[in-house]
Amino acid sequence: MADDQEQKPPAAPSAPAPQAPKPPAPAAKPPAAAEHAPKAAAPTGPPDPPPPADAVAPAFIGSLQAAVPGGVAALSLYLGDWTIIVPVAQLSAVVRHLRDAADARFDYLSDLTATDWPPRTTEGRFDVVYMLYSTRLRHRVRLKVKVGENQPIASVTGVWAAANWLEREVYDMFGVNFTGHPDRRRILMPEDWQGFPQRKDYPLEGPGELLMENPLDWLKLRQAKEESEIE
Amino acid sequence: MDTTVHHGAMFDTDELVINMGPQHPSTHGVLRVVLRLDGEKVVDCDVVIGYLHRGIEKLSENRNWTQIVLLTDRMDYVAAATSNVGYCETVEKLMQLEVPRRARYVRTILCELQRIASHCLWVGTHAMDIGAMTVFLYAFRERELILDLFEEFCGARLTYNSMRIGGLPQDIPPGWDKKVLGFCDIMAQKLDEYEELLTHNRIWLERTKGIGVISGPEAAGLGLCGPALRGSGVARDVRKDEPYAAYDEMEFDIPLGTAGDTYDRYLVRMEEFRQALRIIRQATQGIPEGPIVGKVPRLIKPAAGETYHAIESPKGELGYFIVSDGKSTNPYRFRVRPPSFCNLQGLRRLVRGHLVADVVALIGSIDIVLGEVDR
Repeated sequence: MADDQEQKPPAAPSAPAPQAPKPPAPAAKPPAAAEHAPKAAAPTGPPDPPPPADAVAPAFIGSLQAAVPGGVAALSLYLGDWTIIVPVAQLSAVVRHLRDAADARFDYLSDLTATDWPPRTTEGRFDVVYMLYSTRLRHRVRLKVKVGENQPIASVTGVWAAANWLEREVYDMFGVNFTGHPDRRRILMPEDWQGFPQRKDYPLEGPGELLMENPLDWLKLRQAKEESEIE
Repeated sequence: MDTTVHHGAMFDTDELVINMGPQHPSTHGVLRVVLRLDGEKVVDCDVVIGYLHRGIEKLSENRNWTQIVLLTDRMDYVAAATSNVGYCETVEKLMQLEVPRRARYVRTILCELQRIASHCLWVGTHAMDIGAMTVFLYAFRERELILDLFEEFCGARLTYNSMRIGGLPQDIPPGWDKKVLGFCDIMAQKLDEYEELLTHNRIWLERTKGIGVISGPEAAGLGLCGPALRGSGVARDVRKDEPYAAYDEMEFDIPLGTAGDTYDRYLVRMEEFRQALRIIRQATQGIPEGPIVGKVPRLIKPAAGETYHAIESPKGELGYFIVSDGKSTNPYRFRVRPPSFCNLQGLRRLVRGHLVADVVALIGSIDIVLGEVDR
């Protein structure tokens, strides 16, 4: 049965499981998101498996490589979905080509989001992901751009108007630095919010009042707390 | 449309900024719209959201895979089962699980029942915003029947938690399929009743025809989805284009609008009611015997990788982008592509040049649920 996959009670959002028979991890007591990052320090990104030798790439990928030299850094095929990894400098040219080329015609931006991989320092900690769809040719592709914390990335609002709010949300949640966005403000969080909630080093329970009023004091308190936990 | 401000010598023609919401009854929740007006004409607007933000994406990244199902209930709470199905299908795709045919049929029935329930709520509130009170009472009467069916299936009336990764939590109760078919017969008659009240009603036509016109390519570029996109004549429906559950075995049509105005979006949804009934009848009569849960490992832990999977919720394309790091028992990244969010983005474009009263009609016309917009 599907029901008994999970033995723990599904209650208690952030409370540790009270009656764990085995001692799984006593250190897992403060269930903050900050915990997650050091514990799973290894993941530096999804594997992005390259397509097998016998896989036939869709025609638009070939024409994209011809039209935008250096536009395709790598290709990936996983669970039937093609992903093009695009260098951040080529993004504008690539998205324009994909929207306008006769064999691509990606006129619909399904989704735009990001993933945070804090250990990745050299090639940029964020994966900004674009889910594209063509309402005429009915095919899909995913673009992925690796971008650093303060590195600028060109906005695609000029290509798809749909990107306006989606980029605002990525900025709000991750702090990705979109340039050329017509209206770059926070969207879900209040305008004066400090920090970027979807980052992996942002605590799950939120920073509390202190961070909002005085970020420096909050940082000191947090460091003191971490030190006391070590002792 | 002319949206420039004429500075006459005789009258004061300053623009007026007024605030609508977040506690306005016709904003369907906590939506705030700041309108810039020239007389009664809307020059521009700014849509302010986030009042209902609960951080569902962040919470999900700190829950294990099975616990997330009930968080998805809290997004589009008028069609919670659809969100459940979308999430479970995405995890199944990530784990490459096979779902039994019987479970896929029941999922199809539940999704379409939710479509009718959601559209009932839409037609009721949309009509009431424009001034037709009766439809609201009628539509909620029929929605109640669907909630009864859901209560019998899973015990809840609003937040169902009605799906499990790999299949269903329980089989359908005995005799449930007969009741579903009985409901279809009732609903088919009631639809005629709604249409009699609205479709040729002169006030309704005056209030909806030519309001918020948007062309197909523009709507697609703006990311509109679901009936809002199909009302502009773009044949885009995830059920047909990228079939999931048992939709590849069903026969149904995709209604399309031509003018792309509020009236066409209304007609598209009214036809979707009938198509949903058609699908429910086929699925309920053809429901196969067999297991309801596939082979699911005791511990859900997909291999490292990421995937995006979309389904057609009553509001449009509901997508999930999920990343697993292959190590922990919770998703590394959980992202929802909320259809209401993307549709609401189009509001600013739609209201320009219309009157304040039309703003209310347009908010109803794009059919949003703020729980999903803000997550």
